Amino acid sequence: MTSPAEFLHQQTRRTFLGQTTRGLGAVALASLFDPAHSRAAIAQEKWRGIISPPHIAPKAKRVIWLTMAGGPSHLETFDPKPKLAEMNGQPMPESITKGQQIAQLQGQALKCLGPQATFKKFGQNGTEISALFPEIGASLDDICLIRSMKTEAINHDPAHCFMNTGTTIAGRPSMGAWVNYGLGSEAEELPGFVVLTSAGKGGQMQPIAARQWSAGFLPSRFQGVNMRGKGDPVLYLSNPAGVSREQQQDVIGAVNKLNAQYDVRVDDPEIATRIAQYEMAFKMQASVPELMDAKGEPQSVLDLYGCKPGDGSFAANCLLARRLAERGVRFIQLYHRDWDHHGGVKEGVELKAAEVDRASAALIRDLKQRDMLKDTLVIYGGEFGRTPMSQGGNGRDHHIAGFTMWAAGGGIKGGVVHGATDEFGYHAVQDIVEVHDLHATLLHLLGIEHTKLNYRYQGRDFRLTDVRGHVVKAMLA
Amino acid sequence: MNASLLRILVCTLLPARFLLAEEPIPEKIEFNRDVRPFLSDTCFKCHGFDPKAREADRRMDTREAAMEDHDGVRAIVPGDLAKSDAWLRVSSTDKDEQMPPAKSGKKLTPRQIAIFKRWIEQGAEYQAHWSYAALERPSVPKSETPNPVDAFARARLATIGLTPSPEADRTTLLRRVSFDLTGLPPTPAEVDAFVNDKAADAYEKVVTRLLASPAYGERMAVSWLDLVRYADTIGFHSDNPRNVTPYRDYVIRAFNENKPFDKFTVEQLAGDLLPNSGTWEKVASAFNRLNLSTGEGGAQAKDYEQRTVADRVRAIGTVWLGQTTGCAQCHDHKFDPITTRDFYRLGAFFADIKENAIGVPEEGMLVAGPEQEAKIKEADAKLAATQARLDAATPEISAAQAAWEATLSAGVKDVAWTPLQPEKLTGEKGTQFLARPDGSIKVETAGNPPADTYRITVKTALRGINGFKLEALPSASLPASGPGRAGNGNFVLNEFIIERDGKPLKLAAASATFEQPLHPASTSIDGKLDVKTNGWAVMGNAGKEAAAYFELAAPIDGDDAKPLTFVLHQALGDNHTLGKFRISATVAPKPIRAPNVQAPPPVVAALAVEAAKRTDAQRAEIAKHFRSIAPQLAPVRAELAQAQAARTELEKGAARCIVSTSAPPRVVRVLPRGDWQNETGEIVEPGVPAFLPQPKVDGRKLTRLDLGQWLVAKENPLTARVFVNRLWKMYFGTGLSKVLDDVGSQGELPNNAALIDWLASEFVDSGWDMKHIVRTIVTSQTYRQTSRAAKELQQRDPDNRDLARQSRFRLEAEFVRDNALAISGLLVRKLGGLSVKPYQPPGYWENLNFPVREWENDKNENQWRRGLYTWWQRSYLQPSLLAFDAPSREECTAERVRSNIPQQALVLLNDPTYVEAARVFAQRILAESTGTPDQRIAWAWREATSRAPLPEEIATVREVLDKHLAQLAADSKPAEGLLKVGLAPVPAAPPAELAAWTNVARILLNLHETITRS
Repeated sequence: MTSPAEFLHQQTRRTFLGQTTRGLGAVALASLFDPAHSRAAIAQEKWRGIISPPHIAPKAKRVIWLTMAGGPSHLETFDPKPKLAEMNGQPMPESITKGQQIAQLQGQALKCLGPQATFKKFGQNGTEISALFPEIGASLDDICLIRSMKTEAINHDPAHCFMNTGTTIAGRPSMGAWVNYGLGSEAEELPGFVVLTSAGKGGQMQPIAARQWSAGFLPSRFQGVNMRGKGDPVLYLSNPAGVSREQQQDVIGAVNKLNAQYDVRVDDPEIATRIAQYEMAFKMQASVPELMDAKGEPQSVLDLYGCKPGDGSFAANCLLARRLAERGVRFIQLYHRDWDHHGGVKEGVELKAAEVDRASAALIRDLKQRDMLKDTLVIYGGEFGRTPMSQGGNGRDHHIAGFTMWAAGGGIKGGVVHGATDEFGYHAVQDIVEVHDLHATLLHLLGIEHTKLNYRYQGRDFRLTDVRGHVVKAMLA
Repeated sequence: MNASLLRILVCTLLPARFLLAEEPIPEKIEFNRDVRPFLSDTCFKCHGFDPKAREADRRMDTREAAMEDHDGVRAIVPGDLAKSDAWLRVSSTDKDEQMPPAKSGKKLTPRQIAIFKRWIEQGAEYQAHWSYAALERPSVPKSETPNPVDAFARARLATIGLTPSPEADRTTLLRRVSFDLTGLPPTPAEVDAFVNDKAADAYEKVVTRLLASPAYGERMAVSWLDLVRYADTIGFHSDNPRNVTPYRDYVIRAFNENKPFDKFTVEQLAGDLLPNSGTWEKVASAFNRLNLSTGEGGAQAKDYEQRTVADRVRAIGTVWLGQTTGCAQCHDHKFDPITTRDFYRLGAFFADIKENAIGVPEEGMLVAGPEQEAKIKEADAKLAATQARLDAATPEISAAQAAWEATLSAGVKDVAWTPLQPEKLTGEKGTQFLARPDGSIKVETAGNPPADTYRITVKTALRGINGFKLEALPSASLPASGPGRAGNGNFVLNEFIIERDGKPLKLAAASATFEQPLHPASTSIDGKLDVKTNGWAVMGNAGKEAAAYFELAAPIDGDDAKPLTFVLHQALGDNHTLGKFRISATVAPKPIRAPNVQAPPPVVAALAVEAAKRTDAQRAEIAKHFRSIAPQLAPVRAELAQAQAARTELEKGAARCIVSTSAPPRVVRVLPRGDWQNETGEIVEPGVPAFLPQPKVDGRKLTRLDLGQWLVAKENPLTARVFVNRLWKMYFGTGLSKVLDDVGSQGELPNNAALIDWLASEFVDSGWDMKHIVRTIVTSQTYRQTSRAAKELQQRDPDNRDLARQSRFRLEAEFVRDNALAISGLLVRKLGGLSVKPYQPPGYWENLNFPVREWENDKNENQWRRGLYTWWQRSYLQPSLLAFDAPSREECTAERVRSNIPQQALVLLNDPTYVEAARVFAQRILAESTGTPDQRIAWAWREATSRAPLPEEIATVREVLDKHLAQLAADSKPAEGLLKVGLAPVPAAPPAELAAWTNVARILLNLHETITRS
């Protein structure tokens, strides 16, 4: 007996992008493909998601997640700690650190390191954040600062894995895959889950594994596609050398015609899907370069982000994120590396702030001026924070007990600070937000009750929030 | 979507069975078939095996428990609905009473409720779960066909009123069985031979031929390597390489030699523990080392020790038991009788494996083939002989040495040095150090930052210090034996600063015992911090000591209140930092200079001693050094270097393998909620899950060897069933029980359990003969049926679970590749060896680090090896394999997904592997076929699909050929670009023609039929 879930499973593996090809007759390909391919058109019918209708009225249609990879210090960015400044150089009280996980400071004397940045008041409420982030400061009334984040994994790789999949065991689906499984995507000729990466100039570059955007046990079509700044933006996108677009079209046309003829004889639904995928591949060969080419953007927009299109910077990726959002991509995740400040946290954060402050704020403003912020959820933060204790006199080690992230748009209440850490910036103590809570909240804003987005694998119903997660109501507008 | 389109969609895609009326409720309810599936799914989570999750202290998973009296209430009273509380609740409409409760989100269907009712009425008989029941050989149903597989399959068909399909045509059948058994297509000659073979056993002969082909082992290995998560890298963080390729070759060989599966199992778990275990048994035990690991700085050993335990327990569960053991890591299994204690007891079997919980694994055992071994021996002999010639003391050499020594000035003399003990040691990048009593300092961090600044704070009581010496020391654990951490053993010391009270002390001079050209020690005190290449370096002196001498402008006195801090700026990048060093001070009078002889410090020290007073060791040191510089020995040195290089090269060609080695076991505890920081749990000894038959071992601790033997013991109900079920999937597209890695209660109850049981019994009784079972399955009529199905059959059984026909499915990732290479003629059929690197887009590894890496495409015949030999980088799997659903092998994978996505089209159309294959295929078409273009197309078509094309198929291809020929004849420039794709040589054919035919070949390689087995 085929259960509905199995049926859906079979269907989901049929197409990857889930774009509708109802426009098939309208696009330039119309003459190319045999009209007898109606099955292909059907096979490629849009994946509308397993959650339909939504459990809750959705506030956000899409997510842009700005991952600050490496573990940004909350103490030099968004969480002012005057007490820590007073304690500079003194031992961290043992009552604070006892029984806690420690990474590289294992077995060393734990001494306080005062904040290495000055703080300034921003926004209507005069919220204090580091003066290194004046642009984010200027947008603070649109932002909900979450100063009480906690995570479970203290090393980069498992911590990213936890932030993306809700578990530290490799092989589970990441949130972008879950969201596309749940809701499908509105993008016509692009994947529903796109990943962009950029490197910093500080040379403290932790690796990022492709597992972070894997579909895990969900069908492969939901996996994130890493669009690259160099070479083919999507792997194998360009025609072979010496093959023109017209010739490529001839080849694909013949393949599809022959496949369709074969289908008539053997009657295999998989063939219709194959035909649809070749059509989609051909369309992507044009649509992806068009997407990546931001040259048509007015100078005012380029100035807003502070980027040259195609320079592979975080700023260029923020602009690309907006272009992806406009095209209906459901989940866009940026990784900006180089936040791992075991040493030289002062200079390090200064450098990073220069790379991300303007661009992150520009993204919010640009979305806002296009009336897209209201249904685009922007989330900013790293896989963990950094210790209030010094490492080597001027750095900070990995820290999981309390750190800061922020969210804006898509049904988030702006201009508020949610939660707090203790006076040392060590433990989140007020309105603690666990990673599963953040996931539950994200899904809630997208119209999904997090306990109801399940997928059965190895005999168990899995979900992004595992067995936990609470929607953080106070963050909602 | 408009309504009519929706209707078409539903009618076309919804499995017909979905639209049919529900199956009738069986007269006689069978617990396993009818009741267990929904009871397990809706009830056992709260009323099952896990006492911590149990609600109202009520169990429903055993008959005794369900019948228990709790204050006069019994969940089930067989035959009495009115007294059965479970029935009253299931049938209740009262929200407070109802089961399952609304909050569970679970609901029973009316059919399930009716079945539940009838089952209680009929006496509520439970059955043991099918896969846990002892394996008993079922009797074979009466049948006209001699193969018991058919007897069981047809018995099932008869009960549901279906008839088997006719046999597939011979071309299709040969293509199917060739792909299934070898992962390669048949050649047209093989097709002809089979089609024309009129012998009654023509097909059986084909099967025999294919099973004897070395490609059989390669094909079987692909699935096994998925299962055991075989990969070339460690998985986490830096995802660095580890040496395991001999294990892959062991697996291929085991399948080809048809090693009995029980032996295969035991060797993998405990090959190292077998009496007199040989190389390959040890290699087999690499299975235990295939887990993920990390080299991340700051990783905690206990954390990763725990991850490794869990990883291995999951592996045993997936590979042999078909059980989701991982569920029991934090709590007792909700659905199956596996406890948390079982989980850690299973883990304890592996506690004896010698390994570092974190860090990159050791290099492993050298595994040379017999031929290679002989060559290595020969090279060693040559090396020893040449070394002896160099070391020989001849009168000429002694005289030359004496003359050399006489030329050395008094500057050879070194002064007295006092090593300084560090008070505090830091690295800007979080680097950790280990200081030893001899004053040496060694980096201990697992990670390796590109650049770093070390700060060493010391206190000394010396007065009148005139200089310092920084010795860069070699160490076997550093790359190229150090002293630096760069791959070649080098470092660059950009600036050497001595601070006191936060201010730098003025340095007057710097010199060194060894200086790389353009990198003298003086550049480390010139204040130029902004030029990354400006600093002291020692390339050419790897593995040896070198020392830099720094003279102070003014003498200083040691003072405990004013410690000295040495700042070592190392900014070049690419890991050019010091790995081991020592700092010493001297009060000798100025000048403080390195001895004016470019020799390692021990030689200098020896030379400083008066000749007559030198020890034997000192004399040997000098003699050795002289032999390394004496001009008259240059030819011998060159020979020695050559011999050394040859030896290294041989070793490079030989594989290494990390294997299992037994050591005193680590303590394994039950970790409450899986929390590795919680050390309150019970300490456990190795043991197998309590619900399964126990190993017959008394009075001693169980070992990995016991575990291996227990997995393949006759009493173990799971292993054989799980194995044959997986085989079935290989030959029919779906397992007899669909969920390959879970035959527990959440898996699928097979609709033909007797067939699984018969195959499993036959497997065990045949002496775990793998080829025998494979042959039994693929020679059955059931296997040989056509995959074409009439509409009615498609509608009745859309997923072909009843086996009234064959299935059709896409080839697996590696075979998509192998197939294209085979068709083109490029495929290189070399068995085993180190992993290979087919074309991969540049920059694909840009987000990897420690170190930064770039994949280098192989530039020799390794470019055209079979897909299974591809370098398996877990965090960035080769992307064209990934596009076709090859798993990253971070976890054990029993079943690959089979997707159909646009990336697959992009790979087949544009990946250089396939473009080159098309180009070379085109060459073959032009060279090997004759006649008109249509005849050539027909020839090529058959090469690609094994069958002859229809006229309209030829016409479609011909149209493209003619058009492209005309275009390229007008302008052949683009053709030259296309023909340059790939390494394969380009023949002297006219480029326009070759390019047009290349596009024809691309069409053929992209056909759905070409990549499908049907």
